[in-house]
Formats: sequence, C-alpha cells, structure tokens
Amino acid sequence: MIEPAAASTQLSTAVIAEEKRLRNTRYGLLAPGILTIFIIGIMPLSIVLVYSFLKPGDFGGVTWELSFKAYVQLLFEEDIFDETLSFTTDYLEIFFRSVSLGLFTTIACLLVGFPTAYFIATQPPARRNAWLFLITIPFWTNLLIRTYAMLLILRDQGVINLSLIEIGLIDRALPLLYTDFAVGLGLVYAYLPFMVLPIFASLEKLDFRLVEAGYDLYATRFKVLKRIIIPLSKPGIAAGCILVLIPSLGAFITPALLGGGKSLMIGNLINLQFGQARNWPFGSAIALVLMVLVMLSLLAYLRYGARRGGPAHG
Amino acid sequence: MPEQTAEAAIDVRNTSKIYGRDRETGVVALDQVSLAIRDNEFFTLLGPSGCGKTTLLRLIAGFEQPTEGEILLFGEHLEGLPPYKRPVNTVFQHYALFPHMTVAENISFGLEMLEKPAAEIKPVVDEVLGLVQMQDLAERKTDQLSGGQQQRVALARALAPRPKVLLLDEPLSALDFKLRKEMQVELKRLQHETGITFIFVTHDQEEALAMSDRVAVMRDGLILQVGDPNEIYDRPAKRFVADFIGDINILRARIQNRDGTRARVKLEAGYEGEAGLPTDSQDLGDEVSVAIRPEQLSFVGGAIEADLSGSIQHVSYFGSGFDYEILMPSGETLTLQLQNRGADQHDYAIGDEVHIAIGSNSMQILSD
Repeated sequence: MIEPAAASTQLSTAVIAEEKRLRNTRYGLLAPGILTIFIIGIMPLSIVLVYSFLKPGDFGGVTWELSFKAYVQLLFEEDIFDETLSFTTDYLEIFFRSVSLGLFTTIACLLVGFPTAYFIATQPPARRNAWLFLITIPFWTNLLIRTYAMLLILRDQGVINLSLIEIGLIDRALPLLYTDFAVGLGLVYAYLPFMVLPIFASLEKLDFRLVEAGYDLYATRFKVLKRIIIPLSKPGIAAGCILVLIPSLGAFITPALLGGGKSLMIGNLINLQFGQARNWPFGSAIALVLMVLVMLSLLAYLRYGARRGGPAHG
Repeated sequence: MPEQTAEAAIDVRNTSKIYGRDRETGVVALDQVSLAIRDNEFFTLLGPSGCGKTTLLRLIAGFEQPTEGEILLFGEHLEGLPPYKRPVNTVFQHYALFPHMTVAENISFGLEMLEKPAAEIKPVVDEVLGLVQMQDLAERKTDQLSGGQQQRVALARALAPRPKVLLLDEPLSALDFKLRKEMQVELKRLQHETGITFIFVTHDQEEALAMSDRVAVMRDGLILQVGDPNEIYDRPAKRFVADFIGDINILRARIQNRDGTRARVKLEAGYEGEAGLPTDSQDLGDEVSVAIRPEQLSFVGGAIEADLSGSIQHVSYFGSGFDYEILMPSGETLTLQLQNRGADQHDYAIGDEVHIAIGSNSMQILSD
C-alpha cells in the first residue's frame, strides 16, 4: 500500500507533467502564428524604428549615422542657409487634417454601416448570407481600380454632374472631384464593409427577445435602440470603428487620386518621403509617430472600457 | 351585458390571428376566440404547443396585431397601440433580462421609461425586490444569477411598473421540478398580494390546476372550455379536454333519455346510470363517449354491489398510489387508481377477476 502523502505527491507530479505537456502542445500550435507575426510584423517595424534614427542617403536609403533630425523635422523647419531651426505647423496640419478626415470617415461609416448591419441581422438566415455576400463584392476588385471608378463618377463630366445638368438642376459642373468631400466619400466607400461586418457579427448574436422586453417595458423605438441595442452591440461598434479609423488615417491611394494631391494626408506624406523626397528616415519617423498615436488612443479606449465594466456582453 | 364587459380586465372579442395571406393558404393560429378575463383573476391559458395560447398572449401584449376582432383592456380598445403604450407587462419564457444591467437596473428600466422621477423609482424597486426576496442581489449582473433567481428578477421587473395585467409566458418551464413547485406557490402569493390580474400560459395541466382561479383549455386556435379547475377536471366538456387534463377512462355508451344537463346512459360495458351532459349536447347523437376519472373507481367485494367487472392486466406503482389496468368483457380497458395506504393493500394482482364500483356523479358525457 502507498502512503497517502506519497500518493498525493505522485499524483501532483503526474498533474504537473500533464500540464507541461499541454503547454508544449499549445506553444507548438502557436508557433506558425508567432513566426508570421515576427517576420511580417515585428521585423519590418524594427527596421523602420532603426531607420528613423539614421540620416537619409543621397539617392534614397539611409546612411548609417545616428541622427534625431527626422523627429526634429516634424515640428521645426531648418533654414537652408544657416541651419537655424524655426517652429513650423506644416506637418501638424497634415496630421490634424488626416485625423479629422479619419474621424469623419469613421463616423460616416458608423452612420451608414449600423443601419445596414441591423437590416442584415434582422433578415431571415438564408437571405442574410446573400446580403453579406453583396457587402463583400467590392473586395473582389483592387482598391486602385475602385478609386478610379469613383473618380469617373465624381469628375466634371462624370455621371453625377452630367445627370444633374441634364435635369436642369445646375448649369455648370459642381466641383466634386479633388475636394476633401471626394476623399471622404472615397474613404467611406473603401472602408464601409469593415464597419458593417463586425457590427453585424455583434447584432447577429443579439437576442431580439430583449428588444421585445424593452418595448414591453414602455421603451419607444428610439429608447430601445439607445438603451438596449447599442449597448449590447458595443463590441462590434468598437471593432468596426477601430478597423475603419486606423487604415483611413494611413490611406494614400484615395487621397492621392480623389484629392488630386492638393491636400496632403499622412499616408501621402509618408509615401512622398520614400519616393520623390528620398528621405527614408523622415518617412519612418512619421510612420512611427502615427503608430504611437493610434496605439495611445486604443489604450485610452481600453482603459475607458475597463472603467465602464469592460466591453459589454455580446 | 355592457356593465359586465366594462368590468373585464381583458375582453377578447371574436379575435383571429392568421399568418399568411388568408384563411385557406395561411396558418390560423387563433380562430375567432372570445374570452373575458376578470379583474384580479389568476387566469391560465392551457394547451399543447401550437394551440394558440402564446399567440393570444402576444396579441394582448401588442407584439402582434389581430387579423380579425378586437381586444379591450378594462373597456378600452387596444387596437393599434404599440406594446410600449399598453399598461401590460410580460414575464418572458426565457426571462429576457438585460445582460448589460444589474438586477436593480433591470427592475427600474420600465419605471425610467415611464419617466418617473428617480426619487419615486428607488422605493418601488426596493419594494418589488422585497416582494420577490431578492434585496441582497440588487447590484448583481443578471448573468451571475441562478435560473430561479433570474425568474424572480423577471417577475420583479414586470411587476415594478404596476401593470394592469401581467402576462406570464410559460415562465416556469425552464426550472427544475422542486423549484417549479416553489415558484407556483410564490406566483399565487404575488398575485394575491398585488391584486394584479395574471394571465398565465402553460402546457402543464398540473400547474394550471394548482394555481388558477380559472382555466381556458385551448387547441388548434380554439378555446374548448373555460372554467375553474374543478369544473375543468370533473366536468370536461370535450374529449380533448378530458384527455389532456389528468388520466381518464373514456368508455363507449348509449344515451337512454336526456333531462336538461344530465342524461341516463348505458355503458357498453354493462352499467346504466346518470351522467353529466356537455353544454353543446344538442349536437350529440345517442352514441357517446363517457369519461370517468381513475380515482372515482373503487374495488368492491361482490358482484351484487359491482357496477363493472373485469380482470387485472397490469399494475403500476408510483409511490403515492397504484394504477390497475382492467380488461372488461366489452373489450375496453379501464384504469383504476388507488391511494397507497400501507402494507394491507396488496390483495389485487395481475389476472385477478375484480368487481368495480363507479363513484356517484362521476360520469361525464363528452362531445368531440
């Protein structure tokens, strides 16, 4: 007979061995994911980080000399002749413009996307899939081509202007193209599916009996939306906003084509530094600052969410 | 008549609900139902699934609109009123508690929507929490509650705005047996204490008999019989009602002569005696079905006192009693139920020839 104490030691050794085996299995399963993130995420990011602290090469690339000039350049302008620094808001304006446009895009996507997602979620299951399929159709075509299509619609001889002139509402073409409006519209068009899909996923899980319970307890349609549907789909709304805001902050095809390069966005600025301007360290620095800003706002959101008792149930 | 309708808490008049385009191609969930539910009554809609009981409840709550007919609440027409404008609350089958709110927030929701001042809401919330004995859990999230506790919160939430009528849609079906028994007593107590009219939907006949002041038995969108539990159990009007509620023996018989509400019948199994007639007896021919509850039958010693006789085919024991299945010479089988009174009772076994007496006033003629 084994002593009880010995038996329990034996048992706990077995339990520990089993846990270790399970842990190893888990790491084994995670390995491809970790490797991918490392190769296509962390490594390029490290290169960008290193480059931002170097000097630009004459024909692009970098020269291996430590320099903080790329970051200084964001806020200060260097005089060409005497190398003195003076404060400039040029790049801050670009940041501000990009953030405003990003926020506008997010809000517009939310206003259009939420009702769309709600509509799809309340369809019978068979028809839901058809609607979701339609939502994903734009993904079949390259963003560049879709943006050119938008350009054809908005230009002076485009569908909108020509038909408005035809029915006599206007005499001359409206200046639609190459405006902030055009850029906003293009961004909303490009990122709308990223808003619709996560909100749909949240609403699909929503128990519509709760909506009935709301009506039963004297809540009008608007109150039910505000007090029940929106709080319960908050995880989807948050995910959608993040998925739209982040890429629209860094977008460069849409602003370049539909904004006509008149008003620079961060994405275009970065693109420019790696292209014509041949200032890779500056481009890297802008990219990193943008990333840090996004991460800080996400952290702020998470802390706000945590204080409010965590993202709502979904 | 007009005074009477004004008094009814809920007055359903010739109401139908048809899903689909029309009567022929669609589904008739409710078929020209008329029903008056009195104020301060515990009223139960009883029937198998698909009988229309939940549809009727949803029509009263306002989640669905009737295809034909009208529904009045204390004399007022409900037509076209959305659920949030009806002074009626529902306890849902799966509770439908708001998962993003605490118990107290769930309960105050209705009052907030009615735009009651906060100072008025707080005491009401405390009061209903006390009523369902949940004071200690007011700040819990609803997903941290057991099924029974969620049930109580759902009740409290529906009672807090003081509805004129409380609708309960099979609220006990998700609870286990013991808890269900407890909640039956609790519901009855709550109805008594609040004085609110309760309309309770269930497919459980025992539940219906135990709790209700009156019961409506439904099938296929029709109300077959309305009455107090005694009436429904002892004098079922229709074969379906008799069959659905409790165990029952249904025997073939022939009417000898009729006299108002009663008739003299001769059972095919031999016995001749008095039986109750259903209200729609004028449509009945002379060949009828007669119902006798198993507990109304008893064994007697000799053939002289016996009304029926036969041989025992099967005995089943269920703790508080025994069911004896007896085959009679007519070819019909009869179930006789005896209470378990202890060890002196095992005189009857399979194969025994037995004599049976029918209790007085226990035969009821059924219409189909």
